[in-house]
Amino acid sequence: MSGIVVIGTGPAGHRLVTRLRRHDGTAAVRVIGAERRPAYNRVLLTDVLAGRLRPGQLELPAHDGGVRVHQGVTALGIDRRGRLVHTDDGRVHGYDRLVLATGARPVLPVLRGLLRPDGGMAEGAAAVRTLADAARLPGEGPAVVLGGGVLGVETALALRRSGRDVVLVHRNRRLMNRQLDDRSADLLAGQVRSEGVVVECGRRVRAFAPGRVLLDDGRTVPCAALLVCAGVRPVTGLARTAGLAVRRGVVVDGLLRTSDPRIHAIGDCAEYDGTVAGRVTAAWDQADTLAALLTGGTGHYRGTPPATRLRGPRPELAVIGRPDASGAETVLLSDSERYARLVLDAGGRLLGGILFGLPEAAAAAGQHYAHGLPLPPARLAFLLGTRPVRTAPARPADDLVVCHCNIVTRGQLAAAWRSGSTSAAQLVAATRATTGCGGCLAEITEFSRELAGDGAA
Amino acid sequence: MSPSSPPGGTLPAVHTHCPYCALQCGTILSERDGAVTVEPSDFPVNQGALCRKGWTAPALLDAPDRLRHPLVRRADGVLRPASWDEALDTVTDRVRALQAAHGRDAVAVFGGGGLTNEKAYLLGKFARVAMGTSLIDYNGRFCMSAAAVAGTAAFGTDRGLPFPVTDLDGAQAVLLAGANIAETMPPLLRHLDRAELIVVDPRRSRTADRAKLHLSPRPGTDLALALGLLHAAVTEGLCDDAYIAERTGGFDAAWRHAAAWWPERAEEVSGVPAGRQREAVRILARARHAYVLTGRGAEQHSKGADTVAAYINLALALGLPGRAGSGYGCLTGQGNGQGGREHGQKADQLPGYRRIDDPDARAHVAAVWGVDPRSLPGPGRPAVELLQSLGTGQGPRGLLVFGSNPAVSAPRSALVGERLAAADLLVVADFVPSETTQLADVVLPVAQWAEEEGTMTNLEGRLLRRRALRPPPPGVRTDLEVLRDLAVRLGQPPGRFPVEPREVFDELGRASRGGPADYSGISHRRLDAQETLHWPCPTDEHPGTPRLFLHRFAHPDGRARFAPVEHRDAAESPSVRYPLIATTGRTLAHYQSGAQTRRVPELNAGVPEPVLEIHPDTAARARLADGMLARISSARGSAVARVRTVDSLRADTVFLPFHFPGAYRANLITNPATDPRSGMPEFKVAAVRVEPATGWT
Repeated sequence: MSGIVVIGTGPAGHRLVTRLRRHDGTAAVRVIGAERRPAYNRVLLTDVLAGRLRPGQLELPAHDGGVRVHQGVTALGIDRRGRLVHTDDGRVHGYDRLVLATGARPVLPVLRGLLRPDGGMAEGAAAVRTLADAARLPGEGPAVVLGGGVLGVETALALRRSGRDVVLVHRNRRLMNRQLDDRSADLLAGQVRSEGVVVECGRRVRAFAPGRVLLDDGRTVPCAALLVCAGVRPVTGLARTAGLAVRRGVVVDGLLRTSDPRIHAIGDCAEYDGTVAGRVTAAWDQADTLAALLTGGTGHYRGTPPATRLRGPRPELAVIGRPDASGAETVLLSDSERYARLVLDAGGRLLGGILFGLPEAAAAAGQHYAHGLPLPPARLAFLLGTRPVRTAPARPADDLVVCHCNIVTRGQLAAAWRSGSTSAAQLVAATRATTGCGGCLAEITEFSRELAGDGAA
Repeated sequence: MSPSSPPGGTLPAVHTHCPYCALQCGTILSERDGAVTVEPSDFPVNQGALCRKGWTAPALLDAPDRLRHPLVRRADGVLRPASWDEALDTVTDRVRALQAAHGRDAVAVFGGGGLTNEKAYLLGKFARVAMGTSLIDYNGRFCMSAAAVAGTAAFGTDRGLPFPVTDLDGAQAVLLAGANIAETMPPLLRHLDRAELIVVDPRRSRTADRAKLHLSPRPGTDLALALGLLHAAVTEGLCDDAYIAERTGGFDAAWRHAAAWWPERAEEVSGVPAGRQREAVRILARARHAYVLTGRGAEQHSKGADTVAAYINLALALGLPGRAGSGYGCLTGQGNGQGGREHGQKADQLPGYRRIDDPDARAHVAAVWGVDPRSLPGPGRPAVELLQSLGTGQGPRGLLVFGSNPAVSAPRSALVGERLAAADLLVVADFVPSETTQLADVVLPVAQWAEEEGTMTNLEGRLLRRRALRPPPPGVRTDLEVLRDLAVRLGQPPGRFPVEPREVFDELGRASRGGPADYSGISHRRLDAQETLHWPCPTDEHPGTPRLFLHRFAHPDGRARFAPVEHRDAAESPSVRYPLIATTGRTLAHYQSGAQTRRVPELNAGVPEPVLEIHPDTAARARLADGMLARISSARGSAVARVRTVDSLRADTVFLPFHFPGAYRANLITNPATDPRSGMPEFKVAAVRVEPATGWT
């Protein structure tokens, strides 16, 4: 039997299979996944750490009955000539098209006490990549998070929200140093601290022992759980062994083909245009494009615009595009709680930006960036999420509509008053003001007082 | 009940209801010296209030161009007056000829959500029995179909509001998803005075102006937003777990889709800040009494049913539906949008909200009608498909239209106009000329609201009496008379098509007996005795059902169903050629296609032409300024409207009301892509460009 074989049940593989079946309900698809449990949404792992979700709630929708899923099975090798995949359960799977969605594996820093002699991680230490990682963690006691990138920051905040004491150790002096500049990193560190996390930037962990870690400045920090968030490395062993082109990831073109046109790669294991995106949105885009291509459709992957949005509720941080790009215009806003740095091209379109503590602008900038819209000329209003102040043309007060349901103006009310309707109730009877939604009742009452005052004067 | 009109005298006042929207505000009509005046009544929905449309409705009764005699298109191509006999004979001769040559489905019927229950019911019976055609659908397909599909799937039955409007008075929080009630149903706002409003609308509408929280999604992304709200409810620990366990099913499957829509991702797609999503859910969850209400803004999409389902999922997760003082509801639009969707003018439906493919339903209704169940046609085609196939050889060749103006109200209306013009036979029953009557071969003048008796079912499922103030003008017949006259000419026994509304209603009651919308215990007599009756009401003694689902939902196991829904893009995305999104809707002064309200001088003087709402920056880039005429173009065609810059609007979105004729028809640009579940067209998202309308002043 042949057809499409997908190796990997992470977000890329799962999305691909879902779309394949949606586009073509008869597509023959087999899935090989090393993890024993059904596919799940690893983006939400930090919610499990925070105690906001149970592990079972991360499960992805099951594929329909037409998809054969081999769970807990590891692919051992690819026979490209025979178009076969060999798996560790002794089976052989023929394919017309093979998709590698093998993902990435956490990078483990060189650190005394982190690994057991057998190569596994020491008790009390875990990466933050799989549900199995989360399950390894001791349920209570102080935690140390190693690595202050996006995942490290989210992990530290999640653990803190679950009520634990947390120390976040990051070797760079800036948190999220790949995304942030000095000012935004400072604000982020301040916010993370204000949530109760101890932030140690410019520090390394020298050693881990049950119950504590040793920092490079000689201090010892209590540690019941050490979470390693030091980045990931694409899983490329199968591809490499099969002789496919591999640099950091498995090299693919715009049709998501590897150097063997019958073999594709998507998600965290794939390298497109010199980059391994390593983001779930890129994995989804690639899966969507490939699903269309494999079911007779058209498409071309052209990269996924970089965007980082910390999952909330706090801090409100968005990094869009390439904030370090050089543009025609830079918009800066900085005060004690907020920061924005937007880089625009000559047409006013966003090339990149960092927004901290500006939730409205973060959302709006994301939309402007995604859809290539020029920023409004009123930059400050845009950043603050307010409406720009415009000098409205002077409008005679008489033309002001008081009651919108019945379109009654101040002029009409005044005229009715002069014709003898000299109370709020009589104004209502004469003009029908207030008789729709009733929202202008207070205004009519006030206006009639005003008119009564005029008469007295 | 129909007093003759004594010149110079005063007629007794009649208690009736406004001719327009589904609120069906109570009114008292009186006539003095030929002039009709209206006063709001203390009917609980409007409690003495009326909007401008209601106040000016009497002007409709004396519209100067009122249709007063039948018209038949002559050999010279001109519509000219004809006698009733000639007009009716023309219709039935040509129906018979078309059906003889091309089969029963050669002629279709198109109804409307403004028709009384009696008319809607008899129209469905006329199509299935007298014409024997499967092809009947109605303009409610453009309004209520998405919510109807989602509501039925979730709750087992679909009643817009499964509670009285007055229950909203006690709400502490209400989420309005795509409903601009300050303009479309102003008196309803009186019931929301005390609630914290959360308004979901791409525009900062007048309703949004009153809101505690305004969520402004990019048009076409409401479903992503609703998934984000459900995600927030779960991760913030705001779900009612006991309710979910005891009263619902399917939560896990629904969550598995919402799981991928954490608020920041929903923000990325919809543009609604994640923090506002969390805030919205918190407001709803901490209120003791809360409601989620949807309107056309959530519904008129090619994923309308799924979008409504996603909002219902949210309401269920928070434990709102079927709980006293809380709930989910859909705000029905047209006057009889509720009753009109229950009694058989929908392609797949028989009276009592029964399915036409259900053998038991067919047997029951056929027995009431005195026909063989096997003679009843099967399901027909939904409205968009029906209209687009008209006169193409792949669909019907003739169409009979009652109470609708699809030349203006249907999506991609230029094509619909072509199809209507291409039909071998187009018959339109209406009381004023419309853009559709202009295309007709035969026009049949019929009575209007204050000239006829009948019942309407308002947005809360309450049965209301519409009463006649005065008889129709000479030369005008009621729709029921027209249906009888046509049926008899098509060989039906006259007794099978009664013309007395009371009698038709009693038959409707029998036909609906045992169905989800059971009217069999309701009668004109009980309504005239001022009983407050919401359906279902299965016996003469039954007090009606103001609140559905308090103890169980209408599924066999009594549980509501979560729906596993996933976001998908609109059928059309902006492009270099059409870089903006146009969304269409309503204004306060007008109703539907405007055929009625454009004839009310006060309304038309206030809002004589469509206004294009556009962000000032977007306008400036398109070299447009306030007061200029703009041309709005999509892949379907172009429409013209007057520019008004609105700085609260999203810069990627323009808004256009659809009530206007000719080159001003917003539906010239709308996308006829339909929702696979409900047949609802995508009125709310079209990719467009805007530019100055040269050659227009």
